[in-house]
Amino acid sequence: MLEIKNLHVKLEEEDKVILKGVDLTVEDGKVHAIMGPNGSGKSTLSYVLAGRDGYEVTEGSAELGGEELLEMEPEERAAAGLFLAFQYPVEIPGVGNMTFLRTAVNAQRKARGQEELTAGEFLKEVRAKAKTLKIDAEMLKRPVNVGFSGGEKKRNEILQMAMLEPKMCILDETDSGLDVDAMRLVADGVNALRDAGRSFLVITHYQRLLDHIKPDVVHIMADGRIIKTGGPELALEVEQNGYADILAEHGLEGVV
Amino acid sequence: MSAVEKQNPVEARLDALTIPEGGFAAPARAEALARLRAMGLPGRRDEYWKYTNPADLVAAMPPVAPAFDNGDETPVFDAIDRLKIVFVDGVFDAAASDDLTLAGVEIARLAEPADISWAGGLYGKLEADGQTPVARPMAALNTAAATDGVLIRVTGQAARPINLIYVHSSETSDPILHHCIKLEAGAELTVLENGPAGARFNKVMEVDVGEGARFHHVRAQGRDHQRRAVTHIFARVAANALFKSFTLTANGVLTRNECVIDIVGDDAVAHVAGAALGDGATGAFHHDDTVFVTHGALRCESRQVFKKVLKHGATGVFQGKILVKEGAQKTDGYQISQSLLLDDDSQFLAKPELEIYADDVQCSHGSTTGAIDETALFYLRSRGVPVDEAIKLLVLSFLADTIEEIEDERLRDDITERLEAWLNRHQD
Ligand SMILES: Nc1ncnc2c1ncn2[C@@H]1O[C@H](COP(=O)(O)OP(=O)(O)O)[C@@H](O)[C@H]1O
Ligand SMILES: [Mg+2]
Repeated sequence: MLEIKNLHVKLEEEDKVILKGVDLTVEDGKVHAIMGPNGSGKSTLSYVLAGRDGYEVTEGSAELGGEELLEMEPEERAAAGLFLAFQYPVEIPGVGNMTFLRTAVNAQRKARGQEELTAGEFLKEVRAKAKTLKIDAEMLKRPVNVGFSGGEKKRNEILQMAMLEPKMCILDETDSGLDVDAMRLVADGVNALRDAGRSFLVITHYQRLLDHIKPDVVHIMADGRIIKTGGPELALEVEQNGYADILAEHGLEGVV
Repeated sequence: MSAVEKQNPVEARLDALTIPEGGFAAPARAEALARLRAMGLPGRRDEYWKYTNPADLVAAMPPVAPAFDNGDETPVFDAIDRLKIVFVDGVFDAAASDDLTLAGVEIARLAEPADISWAGGLYGKLEADGQTPVARPMAALNTAAATDGVLIRVTGQAARPINLIYVHSSETSDPILHHCIKLEAGAELTVLENGPAGARFNKVMEVDVGEGARFHHVRAQGRDHQRRAVTHIFARVAANALFKSFTLTANGVLTRNECVIDIVGDDAVAHVAGAALGDGATGAFHHDDTVFVTHGALRCESRQVFKKVLKHGATGVFQGKILVKEGAQKTDGYQISQSLLLDDDSQFLAKPELEIYADDVQCSHGSTTGAIDETALFYLRSRGVPVDEAIKLLVLSFLADTIEEIEDERLRDDITERLEAWLNRHQD
C-alpha cells in the first residue's frame, strides 16, 4: 500500500512550489489513475516518490508498505518495491539491455538478501517475459533504449517492470506517443502483472489507456493537488468534457 | 665549456646514451641524430607541447621509478593464443619470449639484424616523413638511439597475434625501443602491446600497411603510477588497406602517445582510438593523446575516437588533426575527443583541428567535457542499481565507442575487464 500524506514539494534551486499538499492512498491490488492537465505536477509526484534529485519535500510523507520512502536512496526505494516507468525512458549507449536488466534484478535481489539469479535462470525468465511483450532477442542485445522507437522504449519499461516484480508500479504517461497496437501490447503487459499484492498508479493525459487498463479509482490533479477523486466514470467525464468544468469548480480556470 | 655554463639539453641527453653502431640502421640513425640536433628537444614553450610539460621526458636521466606490483591480476592478453616477445627494461628476454617463428611472418630484432634488407628502407623513414609539418624530436631521438625492437614483415595472414610485452624491473631503466612492421599486399597482422617497460620509456613503431593489408593494434599501457612514457606510431596506409589502433591507458604520471597516420592510397581506412583512466588520488596523472591524420588519396575514411575519465586532479590532453590534402576527394574524416570529469578538480585540454584543401569531403570533429549524466544515473538507480555500480555502468557507457574500435571480441572483452577492474579499484 502506498500512502501519501499532505505532500508539499518545491524545486530545490528555485522558489517554485509544485506539489501543494497531495493526499493519496493506493491499496494493495488496486489500480489508481491520475489524470490532469499538463504542468499540474503529475511527473513531479512520480519523480519525488522515486527519489530524483532537484526537489525538496517541505512537508508531508509517503510510505510504501509502512516504510517511509522519502528518506531512502532511489535504489533503496526500488528494492523496497517501487517502480517508475518513465515518461521519457533514458538511452544508455554502450550498455546492453540484458546487462542492464540483469544488473538491476540482481542488485535488488542482493539488497533484499535473496540469491542472485544465475545467467541461465535470468536468461530463461527474460526470454519468456520479453516474448509476451513482443521484444525480440535483437532488442535485448542492443544498448538500453538506443535507437528504440517510442513504442519499443515503453515496452522495454514494462519488461523491466515484469522482471523486477515491484509491489508498487507508477506509470508516467506510458501511453504517450504510442499507436493503438503498441498501446494494446503495453496494456496487456501491465494487465498480466495485475495481482492482489501489486498496486498501480497510472498517470495519463488521456482516457484511452484506461480503456485497456481498467482503474479502480480515478484522481484529477491540478495545480499541485488532487482536486477530485471518483470511479472509472470520472475518466469518461474528462474525455467528454475536458478539464474545464472540473477546474472551474475549484476556481482553477486559468490553469489549462 | 665552463662548469657553470649550462649544457645544451640535446647534448646532455645524448651524453647519457650509447648510440648503437653499424648495421643496416646506421645511416638512418646518423640522419636522425642530425635532425634531432637541428630541431632540439621539446620545451614548454613549444606550441606542440603547450599542454604537456616534457621536462621529465627530455631530462638526461629519468626520475627514479620503482616497478609497480600488479598484485594477483592476470596479465592482460594472457588468455589469447599469441606469440610473446618480452623486453625487460628494454632488454630482450629470450627465456620469457616464444620462438620468433610464425607462419606468414618474418620476425627479427633490431639488436641482432639478420638479412633484413626490407627494414633498411623502413627504419626511420616513416618517422622522418612524420617530422613535417610538426617536429617530433622525441621520435628522432628514438630513431637515433633505439637499442632494440622488433622488425616484422608479414607476407600472409599471421597465424596468431604478436604480443610485445614490456616489463619494468629496474628503477632507473630508460629503454628506447623502435619497431618496424611491414605488411605486404593483402597481409594481415594483429599486434598487442602491454606493460610499463621501464622507469622511463621512449618507443616508436613504424607501420607500413601495404595494399589491401590489414593491421590491428591493441595496447594496454599498464597500471604503473610512475609511468613516464613517450610513444609514437607512424603509419603509412596504402590503397584498400586497413589500419586500426586502440590504446587503454590507466594511471601514469606522464604519458604522451602520438600517432601519425599518412593515408596514401585510395579507399583506405584508418582508425585510432584511446581510452584513458586517471585518478589523481592514487598518483599524479597526466595523459596526452596527440594525433595527426593526413588524407592524401581518394575515398578514404579516418576515425579518431578518444575518451578520458578523470578524477581527483587528473589531467587529460588531446591534440588531434585531420589534414586533407588537395585532391583527396570524398574523404570521410571523423574525430571525437571527450572527457568525463568525475569531480570538479580534473581538467581536459583539447585542441581539435581540421585543415582541408579539397572541396568534396566530409569531415567532422567534436570535443566535449562533461560530468555523469544525472538523468541516466537516476534511471539506473531507480531500477535498484546502487549508485557506485550505476556510475561504473555509465563510465563504461561513455567509453563504449572507443572499445568498439577493437574488432576482435576476445580482445574487446579483455580490455573491458581491465576497465571494470580499474573502476572497482577507484570507486572513491
Ligand atoms: N526540474 C524542474 N525545473 C523547473 N521546473 C520544473 C521542474 N520539474 C517540474 N517543473 C515545473 O513544475 C510543473 C509541473 O510539472 P510536471 O510535474 O512535469 O507536470 P505534468 O507531469 O503534470 O505535466 C510545471 O510547471 C513544470 O514546468
Ligand atoms: Mg508529465
